Amino acid sequence: MTAAVAVGNLVVFRGKRQVLFDVSCEVPAGQVTGLLGPSGGGKTTLLRSIVGVQAIRSGQVSVLGLPAGDPALRARIGYVTQDPSVYGDLSVIENLRYFAALSSGAGRIAEVLAAVGLTGHAADRVDRLSGGERARVSLACALVGAPPLLVLDEPTVGLDPVLRRDLWQLFHQLAAAGTSVIVSSHVMDEAARCDRLLLLREGRLYADDTPAEILRRTGAPDLEEAFLRLVTEQVAR
Amino acid sequence: MNPAIALATARRVLQQLRHDPRTIALLLVVPSGLMTLLRYVYDGSPQIFDSIGLSLLGIFPFVTMFLITSVAMLRERTTGTLERLFTTRLAKLDLLVGYALAFAVTTCVQVGVVCLIAFGWLGLSAPAGVGWVMLLALASALLGMALGLFVSAFARTEFQAVQFLPAVVLPQFLLCGLLTPRSQMVDVLRWVSNVLPMSYAVEGLAQVRQGSVNGVLVRDLLVVIGCIVAALALGAATLRRRTS
Repeated sequence: MTAAVAVGNLVVFRGKRQVLFDVSCEVPAGQVTGLLGPSGGGKTTLLRSIVGVQAIRSGQVSVLGLPAGDPALRARIGYVTQDPSVYGDLSVIENLRYFAALSSGAGRIAEVLAAVGLTGHAADRVDRLSGGERARVSLACALVGAPPLLVLDEPTVGLDPVLRRDLWQLFHQLAAAGTSVIVSSHVMDEAARCDRLLLLREGRLYADDTPAEILRRTGAPDLEEAFLRLVTEQVAR
Repeated sequence: MNPAIALATARRVLQQLRHDPRTIALLLVVPSGLMTLLRYVYDGSPQIFDSIGLSLLGIFPFVTMFLITSVAMLRERTTGTLERLFTTRLAKLDLLVGYALAFAVTTCVQVGVVCLIAFGWLGLSAPAGVGWVMLLALASALLGMALGLFVSAFARTEFQAVQFLPAVVLPQFLLCGLLTPRSQMVDVLRWVSNVLPMSYAVEGLAQVRQGSVNGVLVRDLLVVIGCIVAALALGAATLRRRTS
C-alpha cells in the first residue's frame, strides 16, 4: 500500500485553542478514505493541513511524496471546502471555465458537468441554484483538473439520498481510476461506503483502519456503535 | 507568474462585473452626470469648471476602483474562493495582474465615456492632450484598486469595507490641492499633502491644463506609479496562502 498522504504527530492550534493533538495517519493511494467524526472535531483543520493552507505547530504532513503546501502540489490537489467556494455571481459554466484554466482541464468541462448531474444548469447563475446544486458546482470545479488527490470536506451534506449514492459511486469510480479520495463526513452511515476510515473526535484520532477491521476489532454490530466503543475504551484508559 | 492564468482571472473579474448591470450603469453614468452637474453649477465661471473638472477625471476612477476592489476582494476572502485559489497554480501576482487588467479595461471605458461628454459636449479642455488625461486616470484607478485590496484585509463585512472609503478618500480629497492650492496650506497640512498620492494625480492633471508636457507632469505620473507599486506590495502582503 502506497500512501498518498502521510501525517505524523501533527499538532495544530487555531488561536490559543489546540485543535489537533498529535495526529498520525495515512491515506492510501487509489482508495476512498473517509474522515469521520462529529462537527468541531478537527476534520476541516486536518484537511486544511493536508491541502497546505493551515499553519501547523509541529509534526509532518507529506502529500504525494512532497511536504504539504509545496508549490509543485498545487496542480495535483483538488480541494472542496465545506461551504461551496465558487463565484455566486457567475454562471456554472463560467465558474468551470475559470477553474479549468487554473488547472489546465479545459477539455473536461462537459464530462465533469455530467458527472455531477448539472448539465442542464450550465448557463444558470450559481447564486440562483439550491444549496445542494452549489455544492456540486464546487465539486465539479475541483474535478475539472483531474487531480490525483481529491480532498472533499463534507461534499454530500444536504443532498438527497439518490444524489448522495451517485456521488459515492463517482468517488469509487475515480478511486478505481487511480485517484486518491479523502471525504469527510459527520454522518456515520456514510462510513460504510469508504475503503478506509479515519475516526477523529476532539482533535484525537480514534481509528485508522478498514471498516471491516474496525468492526472485527470492536465486535460492534455497526460502525456507529464501533465508534462509541473506541471512544469509551480510549477514555477508560 | 503565468500569463494564461492572469488573463483567465481578468476575464473572470470582467464576467462578474458583466453579471451586475446596475454596477456597470452606476460606473458609467454617475461620473458623467456629476461632470454635467458641475458644468452648470459653474456656468458663470468656466475657468473653475476647467480646473475642477479635469481634477475630477483623476478622482472618479480612484474612488470607483477603490470601492469595487475592496468589496470584491472582501468577498473573495469571506466566501472562501481566495483560499481555494491559493490551493491552485494561481500565484499572487497572477491574481493582482488579473484584477489590474480587468479594472484597467473598466477604467478605460469609464473615463472614455466621461471624456467624450466632458470634452465633446461640456467644453472642457485638456491642452496637453486627452492621452495624458487617460494615463493619469488609469494610474489613479490602479492606485484605488491597490489600496482597496489592502484595506479589504481589515474589514470583515461589506459594511466595514465601504466605511474605509471616506477614511481613505476624503483626507486625500481635502488635501490634494483641489479646494485650496497646496502652496497656500499651513506647513503641516502641506507636508501631509506631499505624501498623499492623490495630490500628484491632481497636480499632474493641472499640468495637462497648463498645456505643456513638462517635467512636473512626468514626475507626477511616476510618483503615482510608484505609489501603485508600493500599495500593491502592501496588498500582496495581506494575501496569505497559509493561515491559522
